[in-house]
Amino acid sequence: MKIALFVTCVNDTLYPQTGKAVVSILERLGHEVDFPLTQTCCGQMHLNSGYPHQALPLVEAFTTTFEGYDAIVVPSGSCAAMVRDWHSTVAHEAGREDLAQRAKSLAPRVHEFSELLVDVLGVTDVGAVFPHRVTYHPTCHGLRMLKLGDRPQQLLREVDGLELVDLPDATECCGFGGTFALKNADVSAAMCADKVAAVKQTRAEVLCAVDNSCLMHIGGTLSRQRSGVRVMHLAEILASTA
Amino acid sequence: MTNKPDPNSTSNLGGVGGGRMPTYVGMPSFPKAAREAVADSRLRANLAHATGTIRERRQRAVDELPDWAELREAARQIKDHTLRHLDHYLMMLEEKVTAAGGTVHWARDADEANAIVARLVEETGEREVVKVKSMATQEIGLNEALAERGITAYETDLAELIVQLGDDRPSHILVPAIHKNRAEIREIFQRKMPSAPADLTDDPAVLAEAARRHLRAKFLSAKVAVSGANFAIAETGTVLVVESEGNGRMCLTLPDTLITVMGIEKLLPTARDLEVFLQVLPRSSTAERMNPYTSAWTGVHAGDGPSAFHLVLLDNGRTAINADPVGREALRCIRCSACLNVCPVYARAGGHAYGSPYPGPIGAILSPQIRGIGSDVDASLPFASSLCGACYEVCPVAIDIPRILVHLRARAPKKAPERLAMTAAAWSLRTPKRLAALQRAAARGRRFARHARMPRSWTDTRDLPVPPAQSFRQWWKEGR
Repeated sequence: MKIALFVTCVNDTLYPQTGKAVVSILERLGHEVDFPLTQTCCGQMHLNSGYPHQALPLVEAFTTTFEGYDAIVVPSGSCAAMVRDWHSTVAHEAGREDLAQRAKSLAPRVHEFSELLVDVLGVTDVGAVFPHRVTYHPTCHGLRMLKLGDRPQQLLREVDGLELVDLPDATECCGFGGTFALKNADVSAAMCADKVAAVKQTRAEVLCAVDNSCLMHIGGTLSRQRSGVRVMHLAEILASTA
Repeated sequence: MTNKPDPNSTSNLGGVGGGRMPTYVGMPSFPKAAREAVADSRLRANLAHATGTIRERRQRAVDELPDWAELREAARQIKDHTLRHLDHYLMMLEEKVTAAGGTVHWARDADEANAIVARLVEETGEREVVKVKSMATQEIGLNEALAERGITAYETDLAELIVQLGDDRPSHILVPAIHKNRAEIREIFQRKMPSAPADLTDDPAVLAEAARRHLRAKFLSAKVAVSGANFAIAETGTVLVVESEGNGRMCLTLPDTLITVMGIEKLLPTARDLEVFLQVLPRSSTAERMNPYTSAWTGVHAGDGPSAFHLVLLDNGRTAINADPVGREALRCIRCSACLNVCPVYARAGGHAYGSPYPGPIGAILSPQIRGIGSDVDASLPFASSLCGACYEVCPVAIDIPRILVHLRARAPKKAPERLAMTAAAWSLRTPKRLAALQRAAARGRRFARHARMPRSWTDTRDLPVPPAQSFRQWWKEGR
C-alpha cells in the first residue's frame, strides 16, 4: 500500500526522528511511503489561537497536497484531529464551500499513526523490541476527538521486552494546549506538575504518547526537574528492534 | 499595550451581547487572577478534594443509566427546538402564567430587571426579602441593587449564606463556597452570625444546625421571597426550582409575595420534557438520582402559598447570543456545573479568576457572550482552556464548549506583538521553502538553545527542546 506521510511542522522541525521512525515501520511492514514536499502545517496553532483566516491557506495547501492519496498517516493526534474535525469547518466559515467539500472528502483518508496500524493495516505486532518500563499518556485530542481508545496500548503490549505500566489519572490534560502553555503559563505549569508527579509514581523510564507537542511540555518539565524519565513518541518505540 | 479589535474578525462582540453583570466590573484578566489562585495552597487543596470527589460520584450516577447517551441527545434536541422557537414559547408562557393569576415582566438587561424587582418589593412595603439560590440574580447583581434602595436580601442556601456573611463571591455554580473549608466557615459564622453558639465547632452537622437556627427566623418573618428558576413550562405556565436543602421550599411557600427572576432560555415546551431534565440535571449536578426537593407552582392559589406571583423574564444579552449559530449552544446550559468539576483549569485557578458568577468552562463561553468581549477579563476568558474537551464529554446537553471557545477566540481582541508573531508564523508556514529556511536557521542556532531563556513563560518551568541538526524534510530530500 502506498501511504503519504504528513509529518507535521513540529515533527519536521524539532522531532525528525519521529518521522523517520514512521517511515521505517511502514517500510518494514512492506508498504511504500511518500513524503510530498509541498506539505507544511495543518493550521492548528492559528485556528486555536484565534486566527482562522491565517489557518485557511494552510488548510487549502494541505488539501491540495494530499487529496490525491488513498491513505495519509499523521504521527500526531492533535494534527490528525485538526484535519479531520476542523478543516472543512474552517473552509466553510470562510465561505469557501468548494474547499470545504474537498476537505470533507479527504478527511476519512487521514489517519493518526496508531489508527493506521490497527484499523487500516490491521497489525498490532510490528516486530519491535524495547526492553524498558514504559507508561502511556493518552493526549486529549487523541482521546476525546479521535477516540483512539486503547489502540496505542494494543501496539505497546506486543513489543518484546516492554513492560507497560498504567499512568494514574491518565486522562487528565497535561496542560500544554498550544499557546495556552504561554498565555496561561501558571495554570499550565500547575497542571503539568500533577502530570509529572503521576509519571514518576509509575517508576517508568519512558513516557510515551502520540503527540510530540504534549511531550515537549511534559518532557521539558521532566528534564527541568532532572527526573531521569525520558519521553518518546509511540512510533520511536515501535521502530526499535533488537 | 492596548487591546485592539481583530480587524479580520467577522464580528466584534464588544457590546453586542448587550448584557451587564454590574457587580463584576473591572475584573483582572484570567491569567493574572489565576496566578494568585495557583499559589494559594489552601484553595488548591479545597478545590482538588471537592472537585475530585464529586467527579467520581457523577461518573457513577451516569454510568448506572443504560440510556444516558439517549437522554443527553433528547435534552440537546429539546433545548435546541425551544431556542429555535423561543419567541413562540415565551408568549405562550406569559399567557399561561397570566391566566393562572401571575404577572409577567420583561427585562431587557440587568438594570431593568433590578429596577422591576426593587419596585415590586417596595410596593409591598417590606424592607427585607429571603432568597432562593439563583444564578440569574447573581448575574444581574440583584442583592447589591436592592441594598442601594435600602432593601436587605437574605440568602438562604447554606453555601450562599456563607458567601454572603463572608462578604465574598461565589466560586462555583452548585457549591458557591467550594473555596472555603469548614474551619473557615466556622470562623465566618462566629464573626457574622449573632445567633451562633459560643462553643461552635467545625463539625459539619454543628455548622448546619447553627445556619438552620439563623435562617429559621428569616423564613418565619419574611413576607417577600425572590427566586430563580431551573425550568418553566410553556404549555402550563408552571415554574420549577430544584434544590437539596428545603430552604427553597420554605421561600417558595411561606411568604405572601414571590418574585422569580428567570433567564429566557430556561423554558421547556411541555411538562413531559421534565422527564428528561429531572434525570440529567441531578445526576450531572449533585450526582444524585433525584434531587431532594422539586418545587413546582403555577400562578397563585387562594389560601395556598404566596398570594402574589411575579415572573421577571431576563434577556441580558441572550437574544443576541441566540442569533449566533455557533455561540447559541451555550444557551442550552442547565447550570449543572459538571463541566467545572472535570475542568483541569478550574481545579487550579478556582472560580473567582473567571470574574463572573459563571466560572469554569461554561463561564468562559457564557460571560464574554453576555457582556461582550471588550474588557480584560472577557477578552481572556476564551483562552482560559487547554481545549482538552473534558467539559464537552460530561455536558448533559452536549454543548461543544471547545468549539465555542475557538469561535470566540477568533473574535477576541489581540495584542499587537502576538498578532505580529502569528502573522510571521503564518508567513513562514505558507510555503515549504520558507519552512525549510526557518528550519535551517533553527539548526544553526541549536548550540544556543540550551542557554535560551526566552520566552520566560515557557522556560520558567520547562526546558526548551534543542532543534535537530537536520529537519525531517532535509533528511528526506538528501536521499535518507
